[in-house]
Amino acid sequence: MAAWGIAACAFALPPEAVSHIAFGDNDAKLSAIDELVGRGDLSALPLLQGLLDGEVQTIGADRVLLVKGDTAVDAVSGQAVTPVPEGRDDVVVNNRLRRALATGIAALRLAAPEREVRLAAAKELRNSADDAALPAIAGALTKESDPEVRGLLALTQASIELASPDRATRIGAVRALAASDTGATKTLLTALLERRGNVYVEPDAEIRAAAERSLRAVDQRLLTGEILARIFSGISLGTILLLAALGLAITYGLMGVINLAHGELIMIGAYATYVVQNVFRLHAPAAFDLYPIVALPFAFAVSAGVGILLERTVICHLYGRPLETLLATWGLSLLLIQGVRTIFGAQNVQVENPNWMSGGFEIMTNVVLPWSRVVIIGFTACIVVALWLLLTRTRLGLFMRAVTQNRPMAGALGVRTPRVDMLAFGLGSGIAGLAGCALSQIGNVGPDLGQSYIVDSFMVVVLGGVGQLVGTVYAALGLGLVNKFIEAWQGAVLAKIAVLVFIIIFIQKRPQGLFALKGRTVEA
Amino acid sequence: MASEFIRARAPAHAISALPIAARWWSGSAWGWMGVAALTLFVLVPAGNLLVPQGHMLHVSDYTVTLAGKILCYAIVALAMDLIWGYTGILSLGHGLFFALGGYAMGMYLMRSIGRDGVSGSDLPDFMVFLDWKAYPWYWSFTDQFWYAALLVVLVPGVLAFVFGYFAFRSRIKGVYFSIITQALTYAFMLLFFRNDTGFGGNNGFTDFKRILGFPIAAPETRVALFMLTGAALGGFLLLGRAIVSSKLGRVLTAIRDAETRVMFSGYNPVYFKLFIWTLSAIICGIAGALYVPQVGIINPSEMSPANSIEIAIWTAVGGRGTLIGPIFGAVAVNLGKSWFTVALPEYWLYVLGLLFIVVTLYLPRGLAGPLSRKTS
Repeated sequence: MAAWGIAACAFALPPEAVSHIAFGDNDAKLSAIDELVGRGDLSALPLLQGLLDGEVQTIGADRVLLVKGDTAVDAVSGQAVTPVPEGRDDVVVNNRLRRALATGIAALRLAAPEREVRLAAAKELRNSADDAALPAIAGALTKESDPEVRGLLALTQASIELASPDRATRIGAVRALAASDTGATKTLLTALLERRGNVYVEPDAEIRAAAERSLRAVDQRLLTGEILARIFSGISLGTILLLAALGLAITYGLMGVINLAHGELIMIGAYATYVVQNVFRLHAPAAFDLYPIVALPFAFAVSAGVGILLERTVICHLYGRPLETLLATWGLSLLLIQGVRTIFGAQNVQVENPNWMSGGFEIMTNVVLPWSRVVIIGFTACIVVALWLLLTRTRLGLFMRAVTQNRPMAGALGVRTPRVDMLAFGLGSGIAGLAGCALSQIGNVGPDLGQSYIVDSFMVVVLGGVGQLVGTVYAALGLGLVNKFIEAWQGAVLAKIAVLVFIIIFIQKRPQGLFALKGRTVEA
Repeated sequence: MASEFIRARAPAHAISALPIAARWWSGSAWGWMGVAALTLFVLVPAGNLLVPQGHMLHVSDYTVTLAGKILCYAIVALAMDLIWGYTGILSLGHGLFFALGGYAMGMYLMRSIGRDGVSGSDLPDFMVFLDWKAYPWYWSFTDQFWYAALLVVLVPGVLAFVFGYFAFRSRIKGVYFSIITQALTYAFMLLFFRNDTGFGGNNGFTDFKRILGFPIAAPETRVALFMLTGAALGGFLLLGRAIVSSKLGRVLTAIRDAETRVMFSGYNPVYFKLFIWTLSAIICGIAGALYVPQVGIINPSEMSPANSIEIAIWTAVGGRGTLIGPIFGAVAVNLGKSWFTVALPEYWLYVLGLLFIVVTLYLPRGLAGPLSRKTS
């Protein structure tokens, strides 16, 4: 509708061309389309697009209208015509005209002053161009200054020119294709090297040699792209594991409390985000994009509150009895799951991304990094830094480390250990809440959300070595990367099993975890 | 750092006052055993097979199956008690051993279906759907009952032995051990969920037709399986009694209460732990093998970590460190579960969750604690 409005005020088309398009025979139509495209005037776009979409209608023998639903504008003047007159006839276009129209539209858009329009047009052409578009592309190439659009156009031109009858053009095209990074180019080049029986489909040896060289270059670039994508998804998985495990690194790593309800604290954080999102949708739909700013502290507070409550009522009675703590916290997790089911229902709930988190960032043709993942990676980094500062630079952090190292001595020196326990547990639970808030942006939110993370996050903490934050970071990122690389090779389930088995074996060798082991990596 | 913290505190969590269950074996205990045997071998079979339907004393097929299932759970609880109650090692992998025994028996039961499956092929239906042409190598000989029975014992036994050997040798104990047994169970669950693993994927094994030539759904077969399960439970109870009242049992209890002191007294705890751990896994496997023909299905959800933790609560509710306690615990919790999941399904998790909390906080010795105090 927006385009419609802009079009309506910028119309000033030559009436004879419009009249030829509407009333002339096919040849007249064609030359009129060429004339409109040749003027390089973007204001012809709505008419051409309308023609393609069957929205151009005529009245009598002189009036041409663009009709969209129940609104209509005059094709020449661009004035709105109300009410829409009766007795209209459709303007029919055949396939030949359609092709000419599509090419003409692309050529017009390639001449647009805005870079985004040209880029979008170039991308569209990459997928659909045939030799009819060649003049338009060649024309645009002479004028184009933006390197990205130029590159795209040159590749499209080259892949069209592969079919050219001229040998020199074809060799040039094959060489130009070496700069491509799409799978489609690979298919094109591979086709040149195909054999039928003992005979090459392509008789020209020079073209074949050029194709082979180009194919190698394309393959190289595709492989780089794939590895980059894999590293990114590995890091992304690693940060998610890290988010889920950070809170546990405090409660288990620092305090020695086995909290099997940790996953449920993540789940509560996700539900807190869901509640905030609903409140925003109901009461402040205009500010919906800002809801994560409120959801983060809210999720932290809710999970920390629940965590402190659990610590005060149950866990504090079980310090020093880890096996009993394990069972009691499992009981707590069942209560929390069922409680959430009772309040919110057993079905998954819908948490919507804010607009600025949808979409992605394309670093190569086949490598798109979703914004939500990028944001979560950054967010995790912030939490790690904040937590590190808290543990090393604040009084509470000092007390926490003291209690970790020697509880009776810390107590004797005046640290109120039960209070430190409570705050540390609250902190760990709050971080679980933050994790839930982040995870709600990329996965399902349901009562069972936490269950799927509990084994993984314990593995991360155990592998990283208890009592050290940095071990957890290394373990999470390492596991994420290893998992994604095995996944490419053996599939997701086997990758996960392999990682679990690896950890089990690793723990046999080093029960104190990874980080007591300086200078070695997870793969070692 | 924190692991040292846990280790330094380990003796404090051990419940040092648990008796070696001697009092359960006085004259009155044998009396109770007799009553149980009478119920198992006379009352239930007669009530099911001889008393006509609709009669007040009739025991329905459903009840027989439920009772058989619960007896299997009681065997598992007993196995858990040997390793946790007497030796102080909390396993979160007993669901795995149970399921492995069940799968071994399930393989035999699948082969006994013959060509009576939906697809009418020699292969089980799920293999036909996967378009497999022959049995994979690990299915060979499973059509022989004796071989399946051997697998029931060997698979959990060997897995437990290998896993336990390395874990105990590296002195992994306490929660660390619990967590890695959980990871092991989880890994196996993922493995068995795959269709390509060759154990029926999500659906597992079901639609059994016969066992040793007898139709599996016939009341006589069910009663026989039920009695067999009861006999197995009794046998394992006697075996457990023999172990815990022997010198071996004393060392196990000593390991539970003060492992380092046992070591300094010249014993190597590794082999004691390994023995009881492997035995416990084998008992679990046998329970699983008895469970599958009665319930008629085995699938990977039996291996979910939640199931293994639930086993611990059966034992804890009844009372760790007594042999009878866990059996009652398993029966009580599972009867409760059967009742709740029918009558008030949404409240069962609340009850189970509270059970975990209340028992660990207020009843560390389970129901057997207050009960035995009353009798003494």
